[in-house]
Amino acid sequence: MNPIETLDSPGYDIPPEMRGQVNITTIDRIYNWSRKNSLWPMMFGLACCAIEMICTAASRYDFSRFGMEVMRPSPRQADVMIVSGTVTKKMVPQIVRLYNQMPEPKYVVAMGACASGGGPFKEGYNVVSGIDKFLPVDVYIPGCPPTPQALLHGLMTLQKKVEKESIKTSRWYSRRPVPPIPVPVLGPDLMSPAKFEEIREYTRKLAEEQAQGVEGDQSTQDAGQGGAA
Amino acid sequence: MTDHESTLTTRHGDLLPDWVVADSRPGYEGVIVPVSRLIEFAFLLRDKLGYDLLSSVTGVDYLPDGKMEVVYHALQTIGGAPFVFKVQVPREDPIVPSVVPVWPGADFQEREAWDLLGIRFEGHPDLRRILMWEGFEGHPLRKDWKEPYYEEDAKPYKSRWPEGHVRRAEDVAPLHDNVQYPPGFDPESWTPDGDEALYRGLRKYLEDSGSELKTDRLIVNLGPQHPSTHGVFRMVVVLDGETIVDLKPVFGYLHRNHEKIGERCTWIQNMPFTDRLDYISSMSNNFGYALAVEKLMGIKPPERAEYIRVMMAELTRIVSHLVAVGFLLNDLGAFFTPVLYALEERELILDIFEAVSGSRMMCNYFRFGGVARDLPEGVLERVRDLVENRLPRKIDEIDRYLTKNEIVRTRCEGVGVLTAERAIALSATGPVLRASGVPYDLRRADPYSIYDRFEFDVAVRYHGDIYDRYLIRLDEIRQSIRILKQVLRDIPEGPVISGKPQWQVRVPTGESYGRVEGPKGELGFYVVSNGKPNPWRYHVRAPSFINLHTLAEMARGGKVADVVVILGSIDIVLGEVDR
Ligand code: SF4
Repeated sequence: MNPIETLDSPGYDIPPEMRGQVNITTIDRIYNWSRKNSLWPMMFGLACCAIEMICTAASRYDFSRFGMEVMRPSPRQADVMIVSGTVTKKMVPQIVRLYNQMPEPKYVVAMGACASGGGPFKEGYNVVSGIDKFLPVDVYIPGCPPTPQALLHGLMTLQKKVEKESIKTSRWYSRRPVPPIPVPVLGPDLMSPAKFEEIREYTRKLAEEQAQGVEGDQSTQDAGQGGAA
Repeated sequence: MTDHESTLTTRHGDLLPDWVVADSRPGYEGVIVPVSRLIEFAFLLRDKLGYDLLSSVTGVDYLPDGKMEVVYHALQTIGGAPFVFKVQVPREDPIVPSVVPVWPGADFQEREAWDLLGIRFEGHPDLRRILMWEGFEGHPLRKDWKEPYYEEDAKPYKSRWPEGHVRRAEDVAPLHDNVQYPPGFDPESWTPDGDEALYRGLRKYLEDSGSELKTDRLIVNLGPQHPSTHGVFRMVVVLDGETIVDLKPVFGYLHRNHEKIGERCTWIQNMPFTDRLDYISSMSNNFGYALAVEKLMGIKPPERAEYIRVMMAELTRIVSHLVAVGFLLNDLGAFFTPVLYALEERELILDIFEAVSGSRMMCNYFRFGGVARDLPEGVLERVRDLVENRLPRKIDEIDRYLTKNEIVRTRCEGVGVLTAERAIALSATGPVLRASGVPYDLRRADPYSIYDRFEFDVAVRYHGDIYDRYLIRLDEIRQSIRILKQVLRDIPEGPVISGKPQWQVRVPTGESYGRVEGPKGELGFYVVSNGKPNPWRYHVRAPSFINLHTLAEMARGGKVADVVVILGSIDIVLGEVDR
């Protein structure tokens, strides 16, 4: 659509000779319009999906046509984190840290089955079942890998979302600062700091069960792991 | 067992000492070496029999027998089949002497076996976890270790088949997430390891810098999020000014548990997972796995399928090398422009993959005994057009733009040199090995499929520097085009799969090692079957993982800006490095 049309707030009289030169619009609109047309994704790839992301940036699909070609390797300069691939437990502390380092307003796109929910590797012991367990995700893109067209569509969906935001309500502009996301810790398994209480509760119960029922409570043994050599 | 393999065991029969015994289990090959004499045997194999390159080391957990087995595959770089030898130790606290003093290229693979199977390698210089982090509970590939989302030992799970209930793993797992902790564990009291063991190994360099200038030595981390590490790869570098004193790669940021999942899946279910190993060259991953399982099953694909396979594998090689060249230039600082040229050609080849398999990247096209479906109409013409007209022209174009470029030459010539001896010792394969002057190409050295029918030259270069590793990729693309022309000339009509397509194949008991010359090097699949619908052991010998041994060797003494290019010239794909 002609950007002038999307921007104009009708209902104000602009003298005919000024039309096309003067626009009357709201702050939200002009602000969102400029933001949505210059989304800077962070240049970081996790797995196979990253290759399709690169293809989307390359000549055949070329997402610079939509104003999002400036891939920045530094999180400080990026608006969108495209989580392009499998999120592993070993990597997730870094991803959360990168997200925390991005300036607001910031968005997360979960590209592909892995980033959305674990994908084909979900059952793996080192795989996080989707980045949304840690970060707020704005757009999910299905596919394994999503085709470049699907990624483009996902990013355009994000643009639509940006367009609907309002300075009044969006959380970035509230008085209270948005707290950073606590960085998960690598222990005997991945530990999210928000869940420490829950973990302690669970392991205490495990220990109790183990103490009582050595007679062969199968479920305890299953959860408690053999094979720790 | 094929004739070829049974002669293999006895090939050196008279040269082998009498304390090694042939592995007599049905379907198994090679010899079993007593653990106390492993090192002695390794020296004998290397020095007397000429098995100079240790290709693969892995462990197998034989839980029912209470045994842990370490399986070694050694090669002669003059060609021929690998020699298989094994040691067996008790499952509880398995200790095996490390063969790193004999073949330094065993380093990462032994660490992997320690990490995933808990086999302790005595005398290993740096035995740390490699794919998981220090502090992780348990050794995941042991058969009695269960992951948090554990359901059953083998697929298809009863909960999903034949009825097909939707059950989210989160709803079943006790903590509603993919995590588990040992009983009585208190998260508050946990101090994360923070790579202490890793840094401890590097701190010794910090003490004396030895140079006349008063310089400080620094430990610098590159990655895992770094624009030029080709994914989530991390290097820890000790710097003296700009010079690299030592370097340690850190893996595992994309460890997706291929092998554990592969041992739960049925044989055919693993095929799509192989696509995701080296995700730039999925077709040749399919190839290696199909060969390994076909060898066990004793079947051969029909003629047309063989030709289709070779065609796909060579197209894949072109894609992979183009991308490698493009990104190498990226690392040199020609930001993104050469990649765009490479990706343009890649798109055309991906169109062919999409036409035959339905997917651009994750082709899942090979089946045991053939390929999934015949070529659709028009594909051969498109390949012909590419191979005859477009690709040779485009390769010449890339050649013209880059090869003589002054900056490329100054930054690449004589930088990151790897000698032939070190390349062999460090178990490098593929273009990395061949650029160091060792003409070892599996397609010639131990021909598989129908490669013995084609005329092509094994590309080889002799300087072992970045420039040669760049040039050899162009050479290989040209050779691939040559093979493709012959494929297009000779491809017959006929069926593309032997027998009926099956969703559940019968695989006889035994072990097998299928290997192909992938674009990055020797891609091997070691599988063990116990006659059940699932592999008992499924191991991937990932070329770019093992080629990374050479990184520190090449980078030491160089500048920090070069290490990025050196890494690019090894051409790694993290999906395969970490698996
Ligand atoms: S969704 Fe598929 S293609 Fe994407 S990272 Fe996961 S496995 Fe790879």
